[in-house]
Amino acid sequence: MRNVLLIARRELAAYLRTMSGYIIIAVMLFIDGLLFNSYAVPGAGKRSSEMVADFFTLTSGITLVGSIFLSMRLIAEERQTGTISLLYSSPVLDLEIVLGKFLASLAFLSVFLLSTLYMPALVAVYGKVSPCHVFAGYLGLTLVGAAGLAIGTFGSALSKSQVVAAVLSGVMVLALTTFWILGKVTDRPLTEVVNSLAWWGHFDPFRTGLLHLKHVTYFGLVTFLALFAATRVLEARRWR
Amino acid sequence: MITVDGLTKYYGERAAIRDLTFTIEKGEVIGFLGLNGAGKSTTLRVLGCVLLPTSGRVTIDGLDVTRDPHEIRKRIGFLPDVPPLYEEMTVSGYLRFVSELRGVSPKDVPSRVDEVMQKTSLTDHRDALISSLSHGYRQRVGVAQAMVHKPDLLILDEPTSGLDPVQIKEMRELIRALKGDHTVLVSSHILSEISQICDRYLVIQNGEIIAQGSEETLARELGGEGVVEIEIAGDATAAVAAVKQVPGVHAASVVHQAGGRAQLRLEASTELRPAIVKALVEANLGVLRVDKATSRLESIFLRLTHGKEA
Repeated sequence: MRNVLLIARRELAAYLRTMSGYIIIAVMLFIDGLLFNSYAVPGAGKRSSEMVADFFTLTSGITLVGSIFLSMRLIAEERQTGTISLLYSSPVLDLEIVLGKFLASLAFLSVFLLSTLYMPALVAVYGKVSPCHVFAGYLGLTLVGAAGLAIGTFGSALSKSQVVAAVLSGVMVLALTTFWILGKVTDRPLTEVVNSLAWWGHFDPFRTGLLHLKHVTYFGLVTFLALFAATRVLEARRWR
Repeated sequence: MITVDGLTKYYGERAAIRDLTFTIEKGEVIGFLGLNGAGKSTTLRVLGCVLLPTSGRVTIDGLDVTRDPHEIRKRIGFLPDVPPLYEEMTVSGYLRFVSELRGVSPKDVPSRVDEVMQKTSLTDHRDALISSLSHGYRQRVGVAQAMVHKPDLLILDEPTSGLDPVQIKEMRELIRALKGDHTVLVSSHILSEISQICDRYLVIQNGEIIAQGSEETLARELGGEGVVEIEIAGDATAAVAAVKQVPGVHAASVVHQAGGRAQLRLEASTELRPAIVKALVEANLGVLRVDKATSRLESIFLRLTHGKEA
């Protein structure tokens, strides 16, 4: 655990000391604010809870895409610059490397999530917003972000190039998204299988303020599998 | 300390190293010599537990690199061919991170970092960002990170590459100072950079060890002991005639002749140098230089790797 925290601390410091992380978060906030203003707020007679639910819908998509960009450098950059040799020759486990990097990116993503709080707060100024709804929504966003970052970490382990890493992770996230569309055009029992794989169906309850263990489990499982795969890729690289 | 038996490493279809076998004793300073792509870095990466071997057995302190890599990593310091530096960190911050990563207890970290910065002359740059350092300083930080946790075994892959002559001299002195406290493996493709600091050399070509031993052993094995080079002032033909009179000189040839001076190459034991000088002086020829032809490591290396005389 000590090694995980050590690696996470260094990685977080790298996020804070370089520009790329700030730029990604600034762009995410800009787009989120713009969409909030043009899609979530307008609508005659719209209830506050609907506005907040729409806000979570928009922010979940931005979180997922942003998490790919935030995590693309995690391992690819280490391989590109050769610093991976330092980690590989130190007494740390590959799992500790992956976990440390993932946690740092999650901490940095939470900077973005915290910065979006002003939007539900604005709705609360003019209407009525349930704290439980906001809590459930943000838990959902954190879970979506964690899954996205884990997939991004896996993609980053696969390639030396950050661009290729982002493309690979993007394809994986796109696959998890298209299951939702597939669910609309397939028949039972395939519909249920496809729907249960799509992330959107599992996020939907969160955005309306509902909390179900099965949906939390889904995101936990995606995160676990992606991080596990990333660890195995790191292990396999030692043989090549 | 290190035993390597039949070590082989394939990258896809290509064998980077084949069937390497050698042993290294505790406290030795070993030089790995070879041209670029000979397999030096791959060998050192396996010893540094960065890569796993395709086949063969490597043990360090009795521990197997495939079975106990974690335990071995605690005992080694590794400098890869490109120093593994985080650009956005300061020198002291980076060394603190590495020492904690390598298991130095938190209360010892500041003293270790100070000590290693002193040894590598980095103290004045402790707060400098690594991205702002020159190549020479980056290389020093690379060496510092490898030794910050006082490992038993130090593996330095081309620590002198890209350094200027003054920096190379400093690096050689640094490595020489490490002798005794650590077992050191150092590689280079330029022999003069590591000559005289190593106890033994392993010469690698195309993934195989083609020679090993001390500078003297290598010279003797290659027959360098039997060649003497001389430079004289005077008539070259007279010089050839004079040296041929000395018992034990098998052959003499003129290598270069200009402006009343000549360079000769003799096939004779280097022990005969006094007798050769005496014969030349008696023939009224001025002796300007007498040398062991292959005393320079560079020519041994070129001979080994190219199969011809330098």
